Amino acid sequence: MPPSTTPDLPDAETQIGWYQRMRLLRRFEQNAVELVDEGDIIGIVHEYVGEEAIAVGACAALTEHDVITSTHRGHGHILAKGGDPARMYAELLGRETGYNKGRGGSMHIADLDLGIFGANGIVGAGAPMGLGAAHMFKLRGEPHVAVPFFGDGAMNQGVLLESFNLAVIMELPVIFVCENNGYAITTPIGEMTRGELFERAAAFGLAAEAVDGMDVRAVYRAAAAAVARARAGGGPSFLECRAYRYSLHNVAKGVPREDDRPAAEQADWRGRDAIERLAGELTEEGLWPDGARAEIDDEVDAEIEGAIGFARNSRRPDPDSVLDHMYAVTYPGLPAAGWE
Amino acid sequence: MARELTYIAALNEALHQSFAADPSVIMVGENIRGVKRSETAGLDGAFGADRVIDMPISEPAFTGFATGAALSGGRPIVEFQVSSLIFVAFDQLVNQAAKLPLMLGGQRHLPVTYLIMGAGAGGGRAGQHSDNPYPFLMHAGIKTVIPSTPKDAKGLMIAAIREDDPVALFAPAGLLRREGEVPEEPYATPLGEGVVRRAGDQITVVASGNLVRKAIEVAETVAADGISVEVWDPVSLLPLDKAGLAETVAKTGRLVVFDDSNRTCGFAAEVSSLVAERCFHDLKAPIKRITRADVTTPFSNPIEYASLPGRERLEAAVRALLA
Repeated sequence: MPPSTTPDLPDAETQIGWYQRMRLLRRFEQNAVELVDEGDIIGIVHEYVGEEAIAVGACAALTEHDVITSTHRGHGHILAKGGDPARMYAELLGRETGYNKGRGGSMHIADLDLGIFGANGIVGAGAPMGLGAAHMFKLRGEPHVAVPFFGDGAMNQGVLLESFNLAVIMELPVIFVCENNGYAITTPIGEMTRGELFERAAAFGLAAEAVDGMDVRAVYRAAAAAVARARAGGGPSFLECRAYRYSLHNVAKGVPREDDRPAAEQADWRGRDAIERLAGELTEEGLWPDGARAEIDDEVDAEIEGAIGFARNSRRPDPDSVLDHMYAVTYPGLPAAGWE
Repeated sequence: MARELTYIAALNEALHQSFAADPSVIMVGENIRGVKRSETAGLDGAFGADRVIDMPISEPAFTGFATGAALSGGRPIVEFQVSSLIFVAFDQLVNQAAKLPLMLGGQRHLPVTYLIMGAGAGGGRAGQHSDNPYPFLMHAGIKTVIPSTPKDAKGLMIAAIREDDPVALFAPAGLLRREGEVPEEPYATPLGEGVVRRAGDQITVVASGNLVRKAIEVAETVAADGISVEVWDPVSLLPLDKAGLAETVAKTGRLVVFDDSNRTCGFAAEVSSLVAERCFHDLKAPIKRITRADVTTPFSNPIEYASLPGRERLEAAVRALLA
């Protein structure tokens, strides 16, 4: 069932803002990889490069009251929902000023005040939490929605399929956003899944469609229609956004980076780059003046530089705080230390 | 005369009073609406299907649903009809709910209650319906309580719902129809406080849930032979009243841990090592454990019974310690 109406695109200023956000997502990730290589980030980082149009397009249809749940590849969702790159880098660098005070790292960054329930290290696991949030909105009579993001690999995870059913029977204001980048780590989707993903979702009773995930305008239009329907009590939807990650599944210092995916395939997707596409459209349609792009790119780089500086200058958590935040309410001996 | 209720009716009263007191309380589970005689009786009629929500057979999804509701200002209760069903939802319990508060750096509290009904062996229910899996949740850091009386069932249910962290309440199968005194007004029984259920001065038996009653029966039996047993009920297993445990061991100098979970890495193992570490010089004899055997609960009655911690084995252990 396709959306009944196709929302108009917002004004030029807003679309220029999308360009800026997408550029911010990309530069954030490219710099994060450098920080991994330089040893500033300990552990692994899953780059979102190539998929920027999905997070930016979908979150453009949301307000700060709406909730998103994210994935192991979560930086893009958080930035698109309004996350602060400085506090994000601080988290990646394990600093006390990070979103999670250095307790979560790349795979768990969250900003509950912005409705960001957090990245998640377990595939598909965030989706049911979005449903719980959506139910509380409904119970309180609030017009907000929840958007679980997940990848094509999650389409074979039981809890996600359970969540499709639950959202449908409870008529929850939820928009499931499937980022189909074609691979679960290195396994092509076709080897693990038969049929179209959006058709599988439709079989659960979700209003489901597939859109070009390399086109921020297409993602926005589909998301805005689904969000409007959900806010009006029209129930849950499913958007399959087809895109490509330019990078490997993840990066860690010292781990070889050999990409076995076909070169022609990679070149083809890179040729459809979402950022270049929107920039071209804005130019072609005369929606931004000459030189605007270079100016924005400089602004983004300056913001990134400032954010990294903030993170590097922040202190690491005190070892004495190791037991903090396990519980809201502690008791004598709880949590137990491991040495007394 | 004080009012008496069954254990299950005490849970029911706690739920009704908690729903009435706080509009953010909701409940999810399987077959929780439209029931006449159970812990959820009358809840949907009184508080509506939006707060008392029947769920499909999707334990992972409804457990995660509760986590999301808790992050959004709700105070959800998740009912597991059978204790072994927690294994179906383990990712959502252990990887998500238990870990989120720390991973979020304390951004939000996670007030979720897991009500685990009919815990333990109910007789002839075989391997997948007879577990008492509290050590799994305790190992994951989930606060865990096992009320042994109707009065505590009500008080701990209310306390668990009010607590700003995930709390698992195990309601033992063997206690649900038992009656006891229950005050009518709402009250919370504090977590982390053990109770001496029977005073004695020669041996401490640590017992919880369904085993408290059995330990008291054994204590009465051996009392005829002049053996004085103190029965100490931890009530709350995590947090554990370590001071109360040390106090009773200091008083008696002998300890039997009587526990209805598996032996290896079970609750009795934890209590024994705590006492060995902290009370070594108070001990007059080695610590003994009477626990489940490390086997899947068998179906047929003689072997089911033989796999569980029973009165005879406790009595033998108590007598052996003073022989």
